[in-house]
Amino acid sequence: MKKRSIVPYGPQHPVLPEPIHLDLVIEDEKIVEAIPSIGFIHRGLESLAMKRDFNQMVYVAERVCGICSFGHGFGYCEAVEDIMKVEVPDRAKFLRTIWFELSRMHSHFLWLGLLADGFGFENLFYQCWRIREKILDVLELTTGGRVIFSVNKIGGVMKDITPEMAVAISEMLTSVKKELKQIVPIFMEDYSVRSRLEGVGVLTKEQAHTLGCAGPFARASGIGADMRTLGYGAYKELDFEIITSDKGDCYARCDVRIREIFQSIDLIRQALDKLPEGELAAAVKGNPNGESFIRIEQPRGEAVYYVKANGSPHLDRMRVRTPTFANLAGLCETLKGADYADVGLLILTIDPCISCTER
Amino acid sequence: MAVMNFIPTALKNLLKPPVTTSYPFEPAEYPERSRGHISIEIDNCIGCGMCTRACPLGALKVDKNAGTWEIDRFDCVVCGYCVEKCPKKCLFVQPGYQTPGGEKTPSFYQKSPEVLAAEEEKRKEAARKAAELKAKKEAEAKAAQTAENADKKD
Amino acid sequence: MAEYINRIEEIDYHDLLEKSIEKKRQGYRLSQACAAYSGGKLELSYSFADDETLELVTFRLVIDKETEIISLSEVIPYAAFYENEMKELFGVNIQLIEPDYKNKLYRINTETPFVPKGE
Repeated sequence: MKKRSIVPYGPQHPVLPEPIHLDLVIEDEKIVEAIPSIGFIHRGLESLAMKRDFNQMVYVAERVCGICSFGHGFGYCEAVEDIMKVEVPDRAKFLRTIWFELSRMHSHFLWLGLLADGFGFENLFYQCWRIREKILDVLELTTGGRVIFSVNKIGGVMKDITPEMAVAISEMLTSVKKELKQIVPIFMEDYSVRSRLEGVGVLTKEQAHTLGCAGPFARASGIGADMRTLGYGAYKELDFEIITSDKGDCYARCDVRIREIFQSIDLIRQALDKLPEGELAAAVKGNPNGESFIRIEQPRGEAVYYVKANGSPHLDRMRVRTPTFANLAGLCETLKGADYADVGLLILTIDPCISCTER
Repeated sequence: MAVMNFIPTALKNLLKPPVTTSYPFEPAEYPERSRGHISIEIDNCIGCGMCTRACPLGALKVDKNAGTWEIDRFDCVVCGYCVEKCPKKCLFVQPGYQTPGGEKTPSFYQKSPEVLAAEEEKRKEAARKAAELKAKKEAEAKAAQTAENADKKD
Repeated sequence: MAEYINRIEEIDYHDLLEKSIEKKRQGYRLSQACAAYSGGKLELSYSFADDETLELVTFRLVIDKETEIISLSEVIPYAAFYENEMKELFGVNIQLIEPDYKNKLYRINTETPFVPKGE
């Protein structure tokens, strides 16, 4: 029998943007088993639900994470609106969808940059983040925040997109699409990039299903699950197809996310074209009483929001099940049999968001 | 399969001017909606305290009698919920971020003496009116009482 | 856009394992599991999702604080993360979790922060 040793990986590691710790059992250079442990940045935001007003919780929910912030506020609002039977105005639904897709775009660009950094391509990393900056500028123009927008409230949105802003978004989309097209060949065709991505960390469809994976990580393994098909927000009025790939390796995950950026650009254009006139928010009276499970598709995958209210301004329970929490098991599976040098890359390919995971 | 196909982009980037601005030598530009800090038109404030109850962080303090409004800018996350809740619309979100500091000191706003005096005047006026009203009511009640007594005597 | 089912089904805690195995065989995946505390009782929710029909079925268990629950981690390995979380934050008495983080999933000082002490 070969000699086994345990290498601790993280929580402080150059490749990890956030703290996660893995105990890697290795045999020579191959990983036999990975035992994850989290909990370095648990802030107990869920328990704040018992102390804060349900309206204030929108802002707390948004601050669960810096990158998927809009989605958290959105999901929480959907859940409370579902309990209170509030009919959100159509314009608010479209605005939410536009901002959500913009945040998906910037999240995916961030990930592409981190991936490039992960396999040691610094130039490409800067290029991706440079394109991302244009999206952030537009987000700051329309909402006032670069990553945390604070535009959601129970019943609708607080800010409007004026026609001038719509033009600015549209122009930004054109230039981002052009620049993205220039860097796609580098990710998809470059020999050295492909040698790092292809065949690394393969997760089959069966494995992805039995491990309950979600989001682009699962879609890259051929699982056609995208919660946007549930038709929340304005998605039921927009045309889109679920993007999947059947290879299941790092290359496929990169491919899926790049195609999702193009799809987001298309979705935003559709939403801007169909943007109806009308109110921004519906009036909300009283306190919620009841419970609701809402699923939405975050940039990183399916997120579940559970809100249990008791008729008082304070909620009994607010729970966020984030995509990274679901993908942890999948991560450990892909690590088995991988080279030690690929560990950083493999952790990155699930697009880990540890702040979300621990709340 | 291409080899080194980032080179054209890299060369182009080399020849183009930088996309970043040379902050702090050039001032940073913020769009109009940028959530930088909360400001107040203190003279329009009625001291109702809606903002303090709305604040998810408890960064605000209001004293109605002294006419003061206090914000701990290091606690404030500029969510804008107080602005949404303010009944007099005297709170605003404005561009320009809080500069870092060594100590956590709250920003303090005091109503101008004229406004305070005017408010005091108003309060006195209201008190006087209330007193008058009360006196009037008492007089009426007394009159009714005497009338009733007179009725009884009859 | 098809309507999808999103329902909550109350079950007895003895049936949890059996029903979960049944759902697993039907091709559902465990979407989430969480606990809530209200009125002195713990409410556990195990949600199973089907990606084809977009159905979400939630099994709801209402139990006392002392009630012993058998872990699903033998059948659904990744349930262990959810169960560790419930055990740590709510003090749900879940037996045979594999791997058991022994209340060290989140590194917090308070025991069972969601359930007030002495109630």
